[in-house]
Amino acid sequence: MAWQRRILRVDLGAGTCTEEPLNMDWAMKFLGQRGLATKYLVEEIDPMVDALSPGNKLIMATGPLTGTMAATGGRYSVITKSPLTGAVACSNSGGFIGAEMKHAGWDMFIFEGRSEKPVYLYVENDHAELCDASDLWGQSIWETDERLHRAHQDPAIRIACVGRSAEQGCLYAGVVNDLHRAAGRSGVGTVMASKHLKAVVVRGTKGVGNVRDAQAFFRTTAEGKKTLAENAVTGQGLPAMGTQVLMNVINEVGAMPTRNMREVQFEGAHKISAEAMLEPRESDGKPNLVTNAACYGCTIACGRISTIDPQHYTIQNKPEYVGASGGLEYEAAWALGSDTGVDDLDALTYANFLCNEDGFDPISFGSTVAAAMELFDIGALTLEDTGGVKMEFGSAEALTKAAELVAKGEGFGRDLALGSKRLCEKYGHPELSMTVKGQEFPAYDPRGIQGMGLTYATSNRGACHLRSYTVSSEIMGVPVKTDPLSTEGKPDLVKAFQDATAAVDSSGLCVFTTFGWTLEDIAPQVDAACEGGWTPETMLEAGERIWNLERKFNLDAGLTKADDTLPARLLKDAAKTGPAKGMVNRLDEMLPQYYEIRGWSPEGVPTEDTLSRLGL
Amino acid sequence: MLKALQLEPEKCTGCLQCEMACSYENEGLFNPSKSRIKVFTFHDEGRFAPYTCSQCSEAWCMHACPVEAIVVNPDTGAKEVIDSICVGCKVCTIACPFGTVNYNSDTGKVAKCDLCGGKPACAEACPTDAITYVDQDHTGLERMRAHAAQTLPKS
Repeated sequence: MAWQRRILRVDLGAGTCTEEPLNMDWAMKFLGQRGLATKYLVEEIDPMVDALSPGNKLIMATGPLTGTMAATGGRYSVITKSPLTGAVACSNSGGFIGAEMKHAGWDMFIFEGRSEKPVYLYVENDHAELCDASDLWGQSIWETDERLHRAHQDPAIRIACVGRSAEQGCLYAGVVNDLHRAAGRSGVGTVMASKHLKAVVVRGTKGVGNVRDAQAFFRTTAEGKKTLAENAVTGQGLPAMGTQVLMNVINEVGAMPTRNMREVQFEGAHKISAEAMLEPRESDGKPNLVTNAACYGCTIACGRISTIDPQHYTIQNKPEYVGASGGLEYEAAWALGSDTGVDDLDALTYANFLCNEDGFDPISFGSTVAAAMELFDIGALTLEDTGGVKMEFGSAEALTKAAELVAKGEGFGRDLALGSKRLCEKYGHPELSMTVKGQEFPAYDPRGIQGMGLTYATSNRGACHLRSYTVSSEIMGVPVKTDPLSTEGKPDLVKAFQDATAAVDSSGLCVFTTFGWTLEDIAPQVDAACEGGWTPETMLEAGERIWNLERKFNLDAGLTKADDTLPARLLKDAAKTGPAKGMVNRLDEMLPQYYEIRGWSPEGVPTEDTLSRLGL
Repeated sequence: MLKALQLEPEKCTGCLQCEMACSYENEGLFNPSKSRIKVFTFHDEGRFAPYTCSQCSEAWCMHACPVEAIVVNPDTGAKEVIDSICVGCKVCTIACPFGTVNYNSDTGKVAKCDLCGGKPACAEACPTDAITYVDQDHTGLERMRAHAAQTLPKS
């Protein structure tokens, strides 16, 4: 079995750390990570609880394959109720801390209550204690990481922590691990900071053993790695270009949300693309991209490590930003760039560094800046409101200043830290917020990729591409090509992607493997690692069970069918250019059918039959 | 022909597959903390470097061992620790200039790379060929080839 069968429960109010056995009956039904932790959350918290109150809980969870040699087997997730959406939040991260938790002998950490003073959790194998973090509170993630390494005199510890943005209540703050990997979305870091938990420090030397069938495990994982290596996306595109390989592709198909989704193509896309990151710059002759980098166990290695042009205005007299660090992924490059109309690659890289340094989601941040720029453009937001910052579309200075303000929770940054929905409401134009359930859109315009409209509208954590990445099918033809401009068959496609992804997110593997793998490749690896008789069919069923569990939590938390929609702009204002010119997203053609396929009532509520079929 | 591990840091992505393979081969666990090959990250430079024992001919560890617990495997050239003889005195860990012999507190013995008896698990696991197992007299061959290419007249 690849589970450790142990949970660490941390009561921050009482200051105690207690071991308890993992509920293996639940593991058989919900697998691990996203699914299993959501089950714990649903059982343990009142869905109506204020997300930032001590009654909310925060769970860090690994999957059965986390910490093993399976390709990408290093993922962990942070599960809680989101302060941004009021829905269930599950943010997934790579890096190394997930594997370290597992190597220390734990499947999950459950945090409950709130500490009076700032604390951090230190775990070394069986030993777990809460330590004083008074001197770390008010420090950035990078500074906190350095101080903790120094304090523990141990280069091998792995650290996840929150930055100043989270401390200051930014509603889209994430939990950053290993300096620049993040459980980034939905404000999971905001919840962590609300508990006065600054960091989680882990050192594990026990390892993961006892895979159920070692021979089958090595055979199936080796086959899986070979498949990834031979696949054009996972073997060549992602290592060479990263997710940024998409920038020019998505722009060409007319699905690149631009200037707060006023447009669907960005004239500056080529200046902020993967190709641009490889171009030597004038000042020092070096390209933006230093190297690609892998998370734990990942044989794809899509991570970007970048530097900012030493001559760039953003880093003059700031030596801390001169070295290499986590560079632009496609989502960050889009949100910070195309959505704000900024085509300055170094400004984007700098803003991205700040997102990592102080832990705020570049997607939500960029989209919120874009909304502020539109508010400024129509005169709803004035220089007085912004503290003198000219929030003009295309202004790199406005973008980088905004990032500095949100990082520290200062000035106009406090408004931007509310997220797009609350910002637009505050300034009297809720219709300008490009959000679903209060969460900002990612980088695919649903007018040009119809299935993504249904994906966003029905995503259990608000607008999100990673809940059912139908771009794979609609643009890249994986596993089968469908027409991005048609709604036909999309409800089935979205459901299939949602269920499969929920299973992958619960396994300990990265969803990027699904460019090369299906559940036919993944299930044998899971099955070889742990008991439960996992097949593609039972994994898909677990995925559907998880999806319905999340849905039920959201309904119990007060969300309704009315929240399964898109902003009017995407339903009424046609795309102006590109292949989707003249089109809106036709959600109304897809949603009723989706409910039916899901076994939900016309009101979007899972029927008794559906729940009992799934054992809920 | 004896072979040696060839390490090419410029190809390394820092995924730690080698550390997992090594620990599984030697300890039966996925446990990088017990790996005999280590990958180092130089964060500010954006570089990674795998590093392990290079199997010195006149190995400091072997000569320093007071109980002769480190011996040469004639088939592979590896300097291997004989667990039943090792007393865990750690003198070899002091003698080794490269830090590649280390004490394992779980076993009370030292541990070092033994080339897995001639089939190094790390090299097999490395997805980018940053670690390969090649003729020990020609570990520079690929680099020579790259530089040789530069001597060709421009065509």
